[in-house]
Amino acid sequence: MSDKLSLPTVELRTVTYVSGPLLFIDHAGGVHAEEVVDVVTPDGEIRSGQVLEVDGDRAVIEVYSGTRGLDLATTRIRLGGDSSRLGVGLDLLGRMFDGSGRPIDGGPPIMPEEFWDVNGLPINPAARRYPSEFIETGISTIDGLNTLARGQKLPLFSGFGLPAGELAADIATHARVPGAEDDEFVVVFAAMGTTAREASFFRRHLEEGGRLNQTVLFLNLADDPTIERLLTPRLALTTAEFLAFERGIHVLVILTDVTNYCEALREVATAREEVPGRRGYPGYMYTDLASIFERAGRLHDRPGSVTQLVILSMPDDDITHPIPDLSGYITEGQIVLSRDLHRRGVFPPVDVLPSLSRLMNACVGEGKTRPDHRPVADQVYSLYAEGRDLRRLIAVVGEGSLNETDRRILKFADEFERRFVHQQERRELDETLDLAWELLSVFPEEELKRIPPAIFAARSEALANEFFRTEVSPKREAGQGLPFDGKADDGSPLRP
Amino acid sequence: MTVPLSTALADWTTGRVERVAGPVVVATGLDRARLYNVVRVGRRRLIGEVIRLSGDTAVIQVYESTGGLQVGSEVIDTCVPLSVELGPGLLGQVFDGVQRPLRTLAADETGLFGRPFLRRGIDVAALEPRDWDVAITVEVGGQVEPGDIIATVQETPAIEHRVLVPPGVSGIVTRLAEGAVKSTDPVIWVDDEPVLLMTRWPVRRRRPVATRLDPDAPLVTGQRVVDMLYPVARGGSAVIPGGFGTGKTVHEQTLAKWSDADVIVYVGCGERGNELAEVLEEFPTLVDPRTGASLMDRTILIANTSNMPVAAREASIYTAITIAEYYRDQGYDVAVMADSTSRWGEALREVSSRLEEMPGEEGYPAYLPSRLAEFYERAGAVVALGSPRRQGSVTVVGAVSPPGGDFSEPVTQYSLRLAGTFWALDPDLARRRHYPAIHWNRSYTLYALDGWFNDHVDQDWSRHRAWAMELLGREEEILSIVRLLGSDVLAPVERVTFRIGRTIREDFLQQSAFDDIDAYCPLLKQYWMLAVIHHAHDLLVGLADSQDADPDSFMAAPALVELSRMKYWSSDSAEAEARALIDRLNEEVGI
Repeated sequence: MSDKLSLPTVELRTVTYVSGPLLFIDHAGGVHAEEVVDVVTPDGEIRSGQVLEVDGDRAVIEVYSGTRGLDLATTRIRLGGDSSRLGVGLDLLGRMFDGSGRPIDGGPPIMPEEFWDVNGLPINPAARRYPSEFIETGISTIDGLNTLARGQKLPLFSGFGLPAGELAADIATHARVPGAEDDEFVVVFAAMGTTAREASFFRRHLEEGGRLNQTVLFLNLADDPTIERLLTPRLALTTAEFLAFERGIHVLVILTDVTNYCEALREVATAREEVPGRRGYPGYMYTDLASIFERAGRLHDRPGSVTQLVILSMPDDDITHPIPDLSGYITEGQIVLSRDLHRRGVFPPVDVLPSLSRLMNACVGEGKTRPDHRPVADQVYSLYAEGRDLRRLIAVVGEGSLNETDRRILKFADEFERRFVHQQERRELDETLDLAWELLSVFPEEELKRIPPAIFAARSEALANEFFRTEVSPKREAGQGLPFDGKADDGSPLRP
Repeated sequence: MTVPLSTALADWTTGRVERVAGPVVVATGLDRARLYNVVRVGRRRLIGEVIRLSGDTAVIQVYESTGGLQVGSEVIDTCVPLSVELGPGLLGQVFDGVQRPLRTLAADETGLFGRPFLRRGIDVAALEPRDWDVAITVEVGGQVEPGDIIATVQETPAIEHRVLVPPGVSGIVTRLAEGAVKSTDPVIWVDDEPVLLMTRWPVRRRRPVATRLDPDAPLVTGQRVVDMLYPVARGGSAVIPGGFGTGKTVHEQTLAKWSDADVIVYVGCGERGNELAEVLEEFPTLVDPRTGASLMDRTILIANTSNMPVAAREASIYTAITIAEYYRDQGYDVAVMADSTSRWGEALREVSSRLEEMPGEEGYPAYLPSRLAEFYERAGAVVALGSPRRQGSVTVVGAVSPPGGDFSEPVTQYSLRLAGTFWALDPDLARRRHYPAIHWNRSYTLYALDGWFNDHVDQDWSRHRAWAMELLGREEEILSIVRLLGSDVLAPVERVTFRIGRTIREDFLQQSAFDDIDAYCPLLKQYWMLAVIHHAHDLLVGLADSQDADPDSFMAAPALVELSRMKYWSSDSAEAEARALIDRLNEEVGI
């Protein structure tokens, strides 16, 4: 992978057609499929592009920085003969780049150690190590119920106006792997069509968390060229793969927002007059998204890892829209944000019912987190699900028809949202699970069907000798830690 | 027809690339190319397959990324169709869609293959070049016919590999091999022509059999909702459609672990790399309850994950089913787990759209149903060619990933038309963590297997099964009333149905794939669990009918609560436990 970047040699002036993101050239006999080219505008500006298709004498090129200002007569195409490459190295840490990989922080030029193909190569499935190390994000709904593992790819299914960016920033600042010596990790952040406000919020958040020199930022902002978005996540992942698999660093890649990426994909497909699939997105969108998401993972014999946290805005909050739908089929679960919880002032507004972490089983339980982790999570989940059903029921028939158990479950669901989902500061896993036990304590043991008797026995024994806790922080006694005014019982907002 | 191991270089013709669009390459100059011949493209010798001939051009789908090709690149026709290598050494291996051995590539010390990443243009034999101890079972001078067993090899502790006379070969045995044999060495000579230990077979062509049989025995899976309610026949086919997160992959993996097939071929087709890694790490540690050997010893993995080249995804399904047929012909029951056929359909669609074919429904090519049929119809119970007479079967379980979880999309609909068993995964059940999320009132099976269960487990099997299905149907009606009006309005008998329906759902149909005891439930234990529930139901109905007692006052009886613990009964003592619980029920719930 360490081939030198070969200098452009051939130059063509045979542009025959320019439209949208595409450019057609004639007499393109020597052009290679997928090679990267320099497009020299009439003003002498150099933009990069990539060959999409070669057909006899003709080639189709997509121009990453847009085709504005190009003409047919004087625009020149310089062939590089190579696929798109990124200079990678430890130098990249602490730096900020635009969506095409050019430094925009005013710092010195990068001295790359190697040049890597941004498209990467598929990981041999037989070389993968199954992710099984628990990452503590400090968020109860994730750590407790939808546990994240190193090497996992987990999207945040958000909607416009929901605080997905804030949640991702929190995770980026607070995440740690308990017991791991190399607790430090690097965040690679790729913004695709993100607003300047969001990008600067993220940067500030990492700065306040003291993580900025452990961060690499690639920013394609909302007013940057659309097509560049196809390149940005690949730059971020190439950087991540280098840091992880060559330098043994644990890397958390945050991609936001995949919806913008998919729209860029659709734009190119439409410009090429391809047969559209669902909602106009190209039929190969699944394969294309997979070529991004599947670059997460761990390898045998290599120490580092690439974990992906992907923000995805569901158009119109529709989880069956092709973008969340196809992503959900590739990623290892999803964290779904709820507008309803957000409106009621709950942060993070994670709706645990449709959320899922597929790798949770591999990274919780005895020897990894705590033996009661899985059963408690299942129990909390099933009672909350029942509580939500009951809420729908009383909306129709009123509370009168409920029996004692139903009432308790309903109360539990409210408490769960107010105290467990909602949080203002980081919680350790022990705090999260103990809070769950506390919420469950209003039920008699025989109603907690998901918790095996052995766990109850171990729990009561543990409470006697504090076996369950790795450490006990005195300030978090039962019922404390979160200020609540108790107004939520009648449905009014929790926070002003 | 068997495929020669290699063809003479003199037969090869060379053409040149005219067009490159994604995985599709158009070439000219391949005058003698036949449809589905394998070609090598460009300097890296990328593997491709001819999928259309038109005038002097050949359309090729390339099984690797086509980046870097240019107009004028060389294309070589190898004159053989896409084939797999069949012989001892397949079991326990991981291959990609065109049968490259992934573990060999990952372990490659030289780094030539770009480990741990997959480089392009890799050309390695699928079978390891190792020596096998071969026990030849024929003698010089004997007559052999296609399909005859000529030798056996202990391939793994669990499976004895039977070396067969390839289809199309017959005659007198003239010579036997001596000592250990490599897969490319002859085992015997028939009329002085060598018969090798391995053979090649074109993947798109089904292997011949003597007779096809009607499937009449179930593939026992140890999963209660499957075996009790919707079993699939050995040699039958099942589809399991479900949106993401409904548990397709867990279900496929559970079946791969626990079903009583001799050989499992698991195809990860366009799915996640980590799932394959999980199988690779977990299966070698699991023990097959029937043979005591490692589960990996009976498993072959075909892995073409979603980020691997899309055209090889299309081939992976055929590679898998051809390997399955090969073990079937040796007299084994083979199960193919295909996860997921939707990704395969999408690969067809992608190639079709690059060919600028007229799209059919939802952009899929019009030949989607016939391709699906070709695949599912390769399932079957058969009498294999040759002697001694032996039966084998290939059972196909295909997962389908409908976009948006909508079952009306083409791949689901065409698959339903072909498969005999339908396990409908329900997102609502998955959301409630009711696993396996197979919906009891929406699934079906077309195989009539009650007779087999009555003969092999207990003569009352079908009676309990029919009762349970009827009750679940009634419970759903009652549930819709309860949702509207609350449970107070129910008559006593309906309340019993409501209560017992819930017991069946939660304490019988729900089964944890991750619990050591519950993950596999033997048929006898399944039978007794349901028999106890049935008995409890009859007692409660008796109370409701008698007018003297109120069944509600018995609902909290400890013996009834005990029903939820049945799944943790040990398999050996299930019957004794069940009889004891029935006695307790009679005491506590009887009048």
